[in-house]
Amino acid sequence: MKLINEYKANPKKLILPVLVAALLVLLGLSPNFTKPYATIMLGTIMMYIILSLSWNMFSGATGYVSLATAAFFGVGVYVSAFFGSSLSLPLLMLMGGIFSFVIAFLVGAVTLRLRGVYFTIFTLGIVKLLEQLMLYLEITFNKTRGRFVVSYTFTEVFYWLFILMILVILLSVFIKRTRFGLALKCIAEGEDAAMHIGIGSTMVKILAFAISSFAMGAAGAAMATRWTYIDPYIAFSTNLSFLPVLMVIFGGGRHVFGPLIGAVVFAYIQELLITDFPYVYMLAFGVIMIVSIIFMPNGIVGVIENIVGRIKKAKGGRKNADP
Amino acid sequence: MQILNGSGVNKAFGGRKAVDNVDFHVDENEILGLIGPNGAGKTTLFNLISGAIKADSGTITYKGRVISGMKPYRICHMGLARTFQKAKNFPDMTVRENVLMGAVFGKKGTDNAAAERKTDEILSFVGLEDFRDKSPGDIALALQKRVEVARALATSPDVLMLDEVMAGLNPTEVGEAMELISKIRGSGVTIIMIEHVMKAIMSLCDRIIVLHHGQKIEEGTPEHISNSKTVIDVYLGE
Repeated sequence: MKLINEYKANPKKLILPVLVAALLVLLGLSPNFTKPYATIMLGTIMMYIILSLSWNMFSGATGYVSLATAAFFGVGVYVSAFFGSSLSLPLLMLMGGIFSFVIAFLVGAVTLRLRGVYFTIFTLGIVKLLEQLMLYLEITFNKTRGRFVVSYTFTEVFYWLFILMILVILLSVFIKRTRFGLALKCIAEGEDAAMHIGIGSTMVKILAFAISSFAMGAAGAAMATRWTYIDPYIAFSTNLSFLPVLMVIFGGGRHVFGPLIGAVVFAYIQELLITDFPYVYMLAFGVIMIVSIIFMPNGIVGVIENIVGRIKKAKGGRKNADP
Repeated sequence: MQILNGSGVNKAFGGRKAVDNVDFHVDENEILGLIGPNGAGKTTLFNLISGAIKADSGTITYKGRVISGMKPYRICHMGLARTFQKAKNFPDMTVRENVLMGAVFGKKGTDNAAAERKTDEILSFVGLEDFRDKSPGDIALALQKRVEVARALATSPDVLMLDEVMAGLNPTEVGEAMELISKIRGSGVTIIMIEHVMKAIMSLCDRIIVLHHGQKIEEGTPEHISNSKTVIDVYLGE
């Protein structure tokens, strides 16, 4: 199939994946030769990559903008908080993922009948709902707001986040080439038409939503073990709902590497701003966002594609120029 | 033989009855026309048959199975396809990819190679080969509507519902669309069409149903319809 096998037909397209693979190997080895600070920062960046890519897997693919990222991340955080002492880190991540998957499946079954902005508002509501629910439960039964989480070293968390990130990247690439991915694309381009050519859009959407939430929950479970102390406000911080969206817009959602690049650049900028300008960094974020939406509506990847396209056109134009 | 049958079909939006207790049937391999003034409930009836909306009451059966209440994708898998009044092509795919999607998802168990073959077959059947790599947004309206028909045909339907495929076309294009519709029927597909172009309706249809304010007010051969006093009063006349 053309859409599915485009990479096979054009080996040139392999350049980018190979480059990324090389960078990933370097990243994987980095804790051996960098300072702990770098390992911590790279871990945070990987968390953002995981969240952006998994957000893009559903929202980018279907056009249903979800702000529930923080909700599923928070579910993972609480899985680690509750079971941290009895399970190993990979098992915590797996369990965080499964819990998020199940919750997303149920939430999706109810909310994915909503379209457009109604869906978006509802997903943000889920974050607040879980946050307040946890707050109520903690104060009622635990008599305090927060709790301590078993802690792992930065390096351990780094490696498990690294593995999760690789899996999410592979899944993102893989889904695009399956019929499931094609169905998502059809839904994005016209859901009514998609339904009428034989796509069970409700089930496809719910499944994609749940799959993307799995990685969010797993990432939450891993990050919690780095924080040692959590409370509902930390676990369900809405920043983690909005930042992945901004990162995908910034990087460009049409290509798998868009969210990846967006997350890296954005997370790095955030790190710089937060240390040097702690009081104005959100403001600076806003300005960067507005400027990038106006000048690069398809993100960084869109700009790169444009340049590549122009170079190709210039080459091709000379060959078949009309007399 | 009846392939599609509806009895006592009702649908109200708020207090207004869009489809009011309509009985209908479609015979195998006929062309059934659905006419009526704007707002008569024609498209609503299509939406009820294709599963886009649910009827308040009444049953629709297709090949002996009740389909009212089923999801559109299941109805499509059973062999009932439709087009939309305003073409809903996938804008970021080429013409060929649009049709391919119909072939890939329309019938269960179609493998990729078969879907590709089917797509090329359909493209040449409807005469869109020259536009296969174009974006559906860049071609004339008549061709856009043809892409919709092709995508629906790619799902291998036994019944095809066409919602105003001739609206906005010039006389030459209407002629070409008429040719295509007879050709589709010739290939063994049953057709239900909503149309305002009377010339097309009268010469193509075996039978016509006239809707007015959601009610079926007349049914019969084109000749019968054009001589019916009720129809002339509410629709053709004044």
